[in-house]
Amino acid sequence: MAVTLTERAAAHVQKFIAKRGSGVGLRLGVRTTGCSGLAYVLEYADEVKPEDQLFESHGTKVIIDPKSLAFIDGTELDFVREGLNEGFQFNNPNVKNECGCGESFNV
Amino acid sequence: MALLQISEPGQSTAPHQHRRAIGIDLGTTHSLVATVRNSIATVLPDEHGRNLLPSVVRYGTDGVRAVGAEAQSQQAEDPRNTLVSVKRFMGRGLSDVVQTHQGDLPYDFVDGPGMVQIRTAAGVKSPVEVSAEILRVLRLRAEASLGGDITGAVITVPAYFDDAQRQATKDAAQLAGLNVLRLLNEPTAAAIAYGLDNAAEGVYAVYDLGGGTFDISILRLSKGVFEVLATGGDSALGGDDFDRRIACWALENAQLTPLGARDLRAMQVEAREVKEALSSRDRARFHVRLVNGDAVDLTLDTETLEALSANLVAKTLKPCRQALRDAGVDIADIRGVVLVGGSTRMPMVRRAVAEFFGQTPLTNLDPDQVVALGAARQAHLLAGNRGGDDWLLLDVIPLSLGIETMGSLVEKIVPRNATLPIARAQEFTTFKDGQTAMRIHVLQGERERVDDCRSLAHFELRGIPPLPAGAARIKVTFEVDADGLLAVTASEQSTGVTAQVAVKPSYGLSDDDIARMLRDSFDHARDDLDARALAEAQVDADRLLDAVRAALAADAEALLNVDERAVIGSRIDALVTARTGNDRSAIRQATDALSTATDDFAARRMDASIRNALAGRTIASL
Repeated sequence: MAVTLTERAAAHVQKFIAKRGSGVGLRLGVRTTGCSGLAYVLEYADEVKPEDQLFESHGTKVIIDPKSLAFIDGTELDFVREGLNEGFQFNNPNVKNECGCGESFNV
Repeated sequence: MALLQISEPGQSTAPHQHRRAIGIDLGTTHSLVATVRNSIATVLPDEHGRNLLPSVVRYGTDGVRAVGAEAQSQQAEDPRNTLVSVKRFMGRGLSDVVQTHQGDLPYDFVDGPGMVQIRTAAGVKSPVEVSAEILRVLRLRAEASLGGDITGAVITVPAYFDDAQRQATKDAAQLAGLNVLRLLNEPTAAAIAYGLDNAAEGVYAVYDLGGGTFDISILRLSKGVFEVLATGGDSALGGDDFDRRIACWALENAQLTPLGARDLRAMQVEAREVKEALSSRDRARFHVRLVNGDAVDLTLDTETLEALSANLVAKTLKPCRQALRDAGVDIADIRGVVLVGGSTRMPMVRRAVAEFFGQTPLTNLDPDQVVALGAARQAHLLAGNRGGDDWLLLDVIPLSLGIETMGSLVEKIVPRNATLPIARAQEFTTFKDGQTAMRIHVLQGERERVDDCRSLAHFELRGIPPLPAGAARIKVTFEVDADGLLAVTASEQSTGVTAQVAVKPSYGLSDDDIARMLRDSFDHARDDLDARALAEAQVDADRLLDAVRAALAADAEALLNVDERAVIGSRIDALVTARTGNDRSAIRQATDALSTATDDFAARRMDASIRNALAGRTIASL
């Protein structure tokens, strides 16, 4: 089981954490909401809880709670630019279908 | 596929709920747009990676030809239709503009309604329309960068902008299709960018040396709210003056004869580059090739630059001293100094500021961006994207707001210094039996009596159901939004009939007016209290007289004998006489006397009405 960051995503996460001034890593997860059932959680992590699963990718810590892991196992998080817009994108092999914008999905 | 941003812990937004909010620094020479992305305030660059948009719009016969850098580069070809620095004309009349800029501008000014306008190849344009073109470009840039519509924007204005200038800025934003969350003072935005709103309470200075203007502001932070204590500056002093000094130096040293316009511009451009280079190096080469083929090739070092421009730097310190004096604070009281404006990159400026204030100024943010970054942080919060620490910096109400009650008294509903936005409600009732309408008079001020406060609006609530005096419940709600716009709503609680009015409480009130109104309220506190007590006694007397007269008309024949009627009649006369005078205790005494005299009568009326209700019924049927 694993979740990874692309090199570009890892570099951006580290840059953002440095600018923010604190944070031990990046927390990924899912929660039930949205038009297609599940939505991604993408947050700074200030602490690691005992039950959390820890991964490390290109020197960046990725923290995931065990319940979420089942839904995003195998995901690669990328950082992409579309014209002037830029942000993170989940490439999640578990997804069966997602809403038009990709913000929520189900498995 | 939507691109996601990193949220603060526990603050991930639901899908499709991201509120894209932006901060805009609408500057005299250039403008910027910023947002909070990945929880960090950042300036949004254009597709060429440029952060600054020159505040320049060029018009052609077919409308807007160019905005920004492109328009700026065409300025020399078409000066009459290339509008620069229109911020100076916002909300200004023709006479103001002609007075301050007599003949030094190439524009064809026209008198417009409320504001000067400029005749261009595309027709007559107001500064509001020109500003809207700049804001529109920034809005489109933000939409492309954030991948969707913008929820709202915070736009910064100089602290010294008056109501007309602020309204013009807001109009421009609306014209550009932006929802204005609020206008924010530029020095306040700079302080927010540095997170000073979370810092210790106290007095802060914002030193803003831009391309063409210098502003100093003294702010006081208390309970998370910044108050502008004083502003000062020099509207004709900025980085351009330093460029001119360098260009002059080059002319002298190269022993050039007077140059043509194109050479002069080339010299100025090179001077600016040399100045910027000298912020990070000790020496820089000044190299210009003239139209006639000659070359100017010189070397300028920092020492010479400092000698050339020492008095320019010194010129900024005089307004600083004045602003401190106006604010009534000591240099030692200043807890922090924020630097704004590209010219504060010059080491000599930083040194002079540090020396003057006796402390190292804050410089770790880009001085060109700091105002836009602060505006972005404020917009992020106002749009409903709460940050970790729950601050919401806002303005305060300068004078209390309330409504008129019986006896020409003012009932305050929103107290002075309440932070905005605010909503407060209070219940009122009818004064007369069967009263079906109520006139609501909205007032502003600290005094107790209507005549001493400022009248803001009148409106009427109609359709109150006819009930005995005091039985109707009318809820009056005051809502003041983040821009200081007041909406007053009155609604009768049982029927739901509602009436509303919107006003702008600060309209037309200068700081001096506010200060005077406050002083008056202190000076007259004693008189006001006395007046209030008298008016209240009169209102009570009127209410009792009304009630007794109504009761006498209904039941006097049945329940009172002649003597009793005579006693009550004389007490009524006594109260009516006392009521016309100004002796509060006499009115109170007469009121009490009448009240005592009618106690028995009231009890008998009560018994009678119970008897009537019970007549002909058995205990069981109850």
